[in-house]
This record gives sequence, C-alpha cells and structure tokens, in this order.
Amino acid sequence: MSPDTTRPTSEIEIENYTLNFGPQHPAAHGVLRLVLEMDGEVIERVDPHIGLLHRGTEKLIEYKTYLQAIPYFDRLDYVSPMNQEQAFALAVEKLLGIQPPPRAQYIRVLFAELTRILNHIMNIASYAMDVGAMTPFLWTFEEREKLMGFYDDVCGARMHANYIRPGGVSMDMPAGLKERIGDWADKYPKMIDDLEALLTDNRIFKQRTVDIGIVSEAEAIAWGFTGPNLRASGVPWDLRKSQPYDCYDQLEFDVPIGKHGDCYDRYLVRILEMRESVKLIKQCLEKMPSGPVRVNDRKIQAPPRGEMKTSMEALIHHFKLYTEGFKVPAGECYVVTEAPKGEFAVYLVSDGTNKPYRCRIKAPGFIHLAGMDAMLRGHMLADVPAVLGSIDIVFGEVDR
Amino acid sequence: MTQTLTITDELRAAAAHIVEALPGDVMSADIVRGELIVQVARASIVKVATYLRDNVICQFTQLIDICGVDYPERAERFEVVYHLLSMKKNTRVRLKVPASEDTPVASLTGVFPCADWFEREVWDMYGVYFSGHPDLRRILTDYGFDGHPQRKDFPLTGYVEMRYDEDQKRVIYEPVKLVQDFRTFDFLSPWEGIQKLLPGDEKATVAPATPPKQGGA
Repeated sequence: MSPDTTRPTSEIEIENYTLNFGPQHPAAHGVLRLVLEMDGEVIERVDPHIGLLHRGTEKLIEYKTYLQAIPYFDRLDYVSPMNQEQAFALAVEKLLGIQPPPRAQYIRVLFAELTRILNHIMNIASYAMDVGAMTPFLWTFEEREKLMGFYDDVCGARMHANYIRPGGVSMDMPAGLKERIGDWADKYPKMIDDLEALLTDNRIFKQRTVDIGIVSEAEAIAWGFTGPNLRASGVPWDLRKSQPYDCYDQLEFDVPIGKHGDCYDRYLVRILEMRESVKLIKQCLEKMPSGPVRVNDRKIQAPPRGEMKTSMEALIHHFKLYTEGFKVPAGECYVVTEAPKGEFAVYLVSDGTNKPYRCRIKAPGFIHLAGMDAMLRGHMLADVPAVLGSIDIVFGEVDR
Repeated sequence: MTQTLTITDELRAAAAHIVEALPGDVMSADIVRGELIVQVARASIVKVATYLRDNVICQFTQLIDICGVDYPERAERFEVVYHLLSMKKNTRVRLKVPASEDTPVASLTGVFPCADWFEREVWDMYGVYFSGHPDLRRILTDYGFDGHPQRKDFPLTGYVEMRYDEDQKRVIYEPVKLVQDFRTFDFLSPWEGIQKLLPGDEKATVAPATPPKQGGA
C-alpha cells in the first residue's frame, strides 16, 4: 500500500482498535471474553462478555426438590463449594424455622474456614502465576490436595461435597479426622510464611501489583464490592462479625483490612484472612461439642440407616424424603454469608411445596467483574491479568 | 441475642420512617422474619432508592442485588426485587416493584452504578425493560438468543440446541430433539398436595346459610 501523500502527516489520525481477550486465555480464569478498546497500549474501555458458562442454575433449581438443589451450589463457585451449600442450607432453615444442633454448626464453620483457605490458596497461587511466578502454584497445590483430602474424609467427595444439608450436615466427622485437621492447622502457618517469603517482598510481584487497579472506599461501596475486595479498600465489613450465622458469634477472630485498595492490598488481605481462618479452625476443633449433627425431625432429616432396618415408620420417612422431599412453608427470605469471594446470598421464595418457587443466587464475582471496566480504564494491557486475578473471579458463580 | 434485638429496633425505626417520609411512593413497609420488605410504586423507584441512600436514618448506601420473580397469575406478572444494605446501621431492606412485559421500570444506574449488570440480567432473564439504562443488552445468554429463559412459561429444555456440524464446519442451531420425552415428576403426595375438598363438599358450607324452617313434621 502506497502512503497517502495528499495529507500532511500531522493530520493522520490513529483510531482506537479493539482487542479480544479470551474466551480461551489462560489468564482469563475460565471462560471470560473481554473486548478491550485500546489506544495503543492503554485501555480506553473494557466490555466483559460473560455467560459462556451459563447453565441456568436458578431455573434448574425451580424444578428440583430442596435436597436435590444442594449439589448445584457446589458447582457454582467450584473452588469453595461448602460455603455456598451453607448459604442455601441457612436459607431453607430460616424458612423452616429450625436451627441445626451445636455440633453441626461447628462442623459447618470448621469446613467453611477450610474452604476459605482452599479458595484463597487457589486465588493467590493462580494470581502469582498470572503475574509471572510459577513456584507458589506448585507449592500451594500440595496444601490444596490435603484440604481436599479432608473433604474426602468427611463426605466422600473431593470437591462436590453435598455435605451441608438443611438441618445440619449429612454425617458426623469420622474418628481421627479432628486430629488430622489439628496437625495440619499447626503446620499450615509455616506454609503461609513460605508463600509470603516468595511473594510479599518480591520486587517483580510488587511491580506488577502495587498501585494497580486502585479502588477507593467510596468506589468499592458504589460498585457493590463485597468480601476481601471491599476490605482491601479499607472498609471494615465482614458478615461473620456484623451479621453472624451458625457459631461465628462464639469465635474470636480479627478482620484484616487494606489501606490502598490496589491489587497488592487485595493479595495481602487474603494472606491475612488465611491466618485468621487457621485461628478459627483451631478454635472450632477445641470448642466443638459432642452430640447430634442433624436436627431430630424425621420430616426434614432422614432416619439413620440402622433404624430403617427395623422400623416401618423410619422406612416410610426415608422413602418420602427422597422422593417427595420436605415441604417448606410459603414465604421468602434473604440469607447472606461471607463466602471467600464476598457476600454470597440466597433469596429464596417458597410457595409451600417441595420445590423452591424462586431461588436467586447472589454471587459476589458477578458484580466484581462488572467493576472491571472502571478499574482498568487508563491502565496498560499488561495490567489486565493483574487486576482480573486480584478480584478473584470464578466463572461458575459469575455465569451461574 | 442482644445484637438481633438492636437490629430489629433499627429496622423498625427505618420502616416507620420510610412510610412516613414517602407517602404515595411506598405502599407498605413490613418486617417479616426480621427482614424489612418495602412495596414501592413503579413510578417512584428512583426517588425511593435515592432517598434511602441519602437519608440519615436509612443510609442504605450499597445496592447488593436486583433480581426478578415471575408470578404468571398476577396482572403485572413480574416483581423486580432490590436488596439494599446499610453498613452504618447494619440493616438491609428489600424493595419490591411490580412490572409487566410492557411496563418499563426506571433504571437505578444513576443512583447506584452497580445496578448496570443486575438490570441487564433481569432484562435477559425476564424481559423487564429498564428505561434510562445506558446499555441494556443481554448478558448471560448466547449471542442472538431469543426469549427470556427464567419466565415460568419458558420450558426447562429451551427451544434450540447447538452442535458443531462436521459438514458445514461450523456451529449450527437446531430445534431441541429429546431422545425420550421430557419428564417432570410431581411427587406431591395426593394426601396433602391436592385440595381436600371432595366433589360435592362445597355444598356443605352453603347449607347453614339458609336456616331450616321451623315446625313441620
């Protein structure tokens, strides 16, 4: 092509161009397509296209009984399954007007905190890899494996647990698991120290994250941020403290907050949250009472196996619960939990039958991703993975 | 326990204040199961949301969620449900606005920036139109998708399915073909699930209205 000699060079306008990031990009954390409007290397506008993993979970749940709905919650944010089961179980319990026995509450919180570590390990390690560090990923996945071993021990599945049920948990912890978790919790802080030695003062890591994607306190609230992303901007807001559920009100822990609201602070908040989680796990193990792990109501919880062999009534209850399921009184409730990624809530509308009329899932990742546009404007292209990794996105819950 | 008590006190104060301050805009404000539910007139949603955000007694500064619910039997079949949070007061409020297919709801993007994606999702899933929204596109469904999948009259299987066609070397859309009939099991037991009225029983309630004649026989 011959150069256009009719126009002087000063009048040549360079137009913005659009760049497709994803949907198949290793740093896109799943299936995210970002349409980036670029001015050279600088981002002018970000348009995330989501929904590539949309499975219609909310619609499917309307066609399932309450018990059949629980496994869908494992598959939302598949990095932190049990926290989401807990939210749904709490919502159903609120409508039923029941409370799980104390031991079940402690087991729930114990596993919710194990899951928080599971999630933060995944986030920090993959984040480090996004910005160029390979080792944390390899190191921490060994810990993840151990944690998933605990999942396996308690419910028989490594990831999709289906363990926390309305009215308690599906079964008690096996003998010896308490000691194994205790041993692990003693050793784990050393692992966090090692992780910090690799990353916290690492010059390359800091160059990629400090002062990148700054979110002020007012912006974080206006954009609907929750969880670690909100706390990194300096808002001391943790639902485990302010609106405690299960047995969080009986446990001691601190809420770490950040100061600058940049990617580095979001990383630091997660590191500190892991340390708090270890504290919570130890307290749970220490304080855990003995006793039943499910409500003693045969209309909600199936009878134990042994009873079914001898009692006709138990057999009928079992049959009814696993075909018809239990009925939930008509009404609606909105139950919030502090999932590792932020406020995970379930808005449940019941019409009095055995299936939810409407089950709205408020996923934290959805609204964090919506903030991408505002966070990335004026940043360089290389900051996209850094910001994306720091807000902790998992597409299972964003797309639902 | 003390904490839950103070929360309800704050809620009661907010509920009473909202009804008093916004007559005509707010239909009702009730506390059910410790949750504040406010019915809002459709025309006033922006006014009410702005008031709740800025008023010193309310301070619902964060929009947490917007979702739709479909009640096909109602005249205005949809309900748009907003959840707001006040971190200062540690309270939440749920706003409910009725809507139908042709009645637009004013967008809250001017009050809460994060309403953007939530409203896009409600539009995508239910087809509730938000007037004044800067960019009301579909968000979760496929490019070129037709219909609003979370309406109660939208089938669970959908209408089209896609696959990669080896001959045409591209992804094609076809009407859904099920290898076996779609089955939904209604497990509701007949002893409790259906109306307890037997045919003819409705006459039993009518009978006492006409008193039997005195005397005779």
